[in-house]
Amino acid sequence: MIGNNMDKFGYSISKGRQINYEANDRKIAEYIYENEPSFRLCIECGGCSATCTTGNLTKFSLRELFVLIKRGENDQIWQNLKKCMLCGKCTLVCPRGVNTRNIVVLARQAFQKSNDYAI
Amino acid sequence: MQFDPFVIPFNIGLYFILIYVVVRSVIWFRDLSRPDKLRLQRGFFGNAFVQSLKEIFLESLIHRKILKTNLRLGYMHMSLAFGWFLLILFGTIEADIFGAKHLNAPYKAIFFRFFNPDHGRMGIEAAYGFLMDLNLAFILSGLFLAVSKRFFSRVVGMKKTTRLKAVDRIALTSLWLIFPSRLLAESFTCGAYGTGSFLTGSLGSWLASFLPAQQMAYPFWLLYSLSLGTFFILLPITRYMHIPTELFLIFMRNSGIKTGDKAGTYSEVQAYSCSSCGICINACQLNFSAGITNIQSAYLMKAIRNNDDVSDIAHNCLMCGRCDQNCPVGIELSPIRMIQIRGGEAENYFRNIYKGYFRSQQSVTVEKSNGSAAYNFLPETNQKKADVLFFAGCMTHLSPTIKNSMIKILDASGVNYSFIDEQGGVCCGRPLMLAGQDKEARELVNYNSQMIWKSGAHTLVTSCPICYKVFKESYYLDIEVLHHTQFIKNLIDEGSVKLNFLRKNVVYHSPCDLGRGSGVYNEPREVLKHVSRLEKSKFEDENSLCCGGSLGNMKISYQKKNKIARDAAAELTKGNPDILATACPLCKKTFSSATETRVADISEIVAEALMHQTVKKNTCRQVNSIKELAGIS
Repeated sequence: MIGNNMDKFGYSISKGRQINYEANDRKIAEYIYENEPSFRLCIECGGCSATCTTGNLTKFSLRELFVLIKRGENDQIWQNLKKCMLCGKCTLVCPRGVNTRNIVVLARQAFQKSNDYAI
Repeated sequence: MQFDPFVIPFNIGLYFILIYVVVRSVIWFRDLSRPDKLRLQRGFFGNAFVQSLKEIFLESLIHRKILKTNLRLGYMHMSLAFGWFLLILFGTIEADIFGAKHLNAPYKAIFFRFFNPDHGRMGIEAAYGFLMDLNLAFILSGLFLAVSKRFFSRVVGMKKTTRLKAVDRIALTSLWLIFPSRLLAESFTCGAYGTGSFLTGSLGSWLASFLPAQQMAYPFWLLYSLSLGTFFILLPITRYMHIPTELFLIFMRNSGIKTGDKAGTYSEVQAYSCSSCGICINACQLNFSAGITNIQSAYLMKAIRNNDDVSDIAHNCLMCGRCDQNCPVGIELSPIRMIQIRGGEAENYFRNIYKGYFRSQQSVTVEKSNGSAAYNFLPETNQKKADVLFFAGCMTHLSPTIKNSMIKILDASGVNYSFIDEQGGVCCGRPLMLAGQDKEARELVNYNSQMIWKSGAHTLVTSCPICYKVFKESYYLDIEVLHHTQFIKNLIDEGSVKLNFLRKNVVYHSPCDLGRGSGVYNEPREVLKHVSRLEKSKFEDENSLCCGGSLGNMKISYQKKNKIARDAAAELTKGNPDILATACPLCKKTFSSATETRVADISEIVAEALMHQTVKKNTCRQVNSIKELAGIS
């Protein structure tokens, strides 16, 4: 009750910033790990986002997507995942040899397979 | 009426396969689209029919293409196919001339010696017997090669031979048994009656010297009949279905039928025409460089025939087209693979062996729903008017030297051009197509098409063969599409650019999508010859290697890609050239991390060779940039 009114007085209660690995749905991450082991090699350097064709035109970051998938915070990913053009520049610049194109394709597949996100 | 119960297995098999082939052909014909049916009808009464007969003789019997690539393997196929054909032909003639009456049942010809044991003592009969023996010896020599190939594949110069499933093994065994059992059966009969020519006669008399030939003959005749019958009955569900199907395929191809984008009769006929000869396996770089040995086209065709899940096999391919180029049957392997990639994961019903006999086209065509693609963020298209458009493409933006060289060349040539994707631009759509996502790709295609239409240009130049191929094939543009090598060639021919001669040895790597994919071989070579000393390599034009960086392959790991690139680069730089030239930013990128030699795109070499006096700033471009600075649009 109090929390609801506090923002009127200039206070706000921000959502918890903790990542709850227990509660999060890591099915998609597991599916990708299983089919594309190189996903584990990602060091989240952001090289992929820097070169991204889509990222040049809109707010889209592959690095952010990968981090969210690994955390299991899937709600925000699906709409973003569809923006990728699969052009493959990220795969070429990746310093760790991560097969990023396949990860995007696998993530799309995983989303289609899981019932929560079925269209 | 001469008849013996042992011919029954052969008769059952023969009539079964004849009826089956007729029924199958009717079903295939029925499932053709209407235009294809018309093509087939027109072909039947036209030139295509004669052409097909000639091709059937050369390819299905003589196996000319296999003979060209590999002499011993070709001999093996020829001796079995052509030898067997001759044996049947001469056997039928023999039965017709020397038999009791004309127009005999087929079994009379096949088991002629059993029914006429006393035949062939002298004169023309003996001469004919000699001919038949010669034929049998011809087949047996090929069979000997085939058997040894199965165990030591290097005998016929192949690194690998195809793996088989259980039914294939039974069929193979029965095929192997056919001719030795015929030899023994004829020999025993000849031995008992003292007839026969150099092979059956001499073997027969030797066997008869210590064995009861009269009694021994019958079991072998039965074995001969049984193995023939088994082979015929198993034919439809094994790879040997290629024997009747290939005739159908040759006729369809000569009538002008193409594979298209969807699975259908033609792609199915092609899948059944694959004899699993293994030439594609030998040609595949994933096999000999990366050590991936289960995804080659022969296995893909087999998986399609068996209705297995092909998604893993289909996606693990560089799409370089080397197998297409080498296939002796002329199957359009890459288009069939693309159909499978688009189809996604196939459903696994119909894996039943009994249903293998009659399978309709229900396997692929599983519509994939990716939801609506979300490319609504694409910016508004406003394109400046220009005569020539330059589309660099994603990969060229990754290797800015190519982009800068092209700008230098375009400026020097003085054409009125516009650089479409100077600020990054949108992908051409082919990477999405290669991943099987055509619907999404269409959105990008539409977007780029609009931009190109608005500019009112007459020529589109692109630096990337991947983009070039898709602009050529999947865009509906009424303007000329050129790869930059073609464009530079035109500039040189017109005299718009003047080039120095660089004293450098250059070896040219033909990119897959430009060479085999789009058939552009000469222009890059001529440009290179104009500015440098072009060396020859072992892998030229159609036989050129893939750099391994291909976007076609989703599954391959970075290490294996790199291995392919290193092997290919090592082959190409054997002559120690100064520059390894290519015409593709992706090839350049892949090779530069795989070799010590300098790797350069043709545009870079040309930009280097540009005479300095002729570099005149393009006025149009200058005016535009001034306008931009002043804020006038």
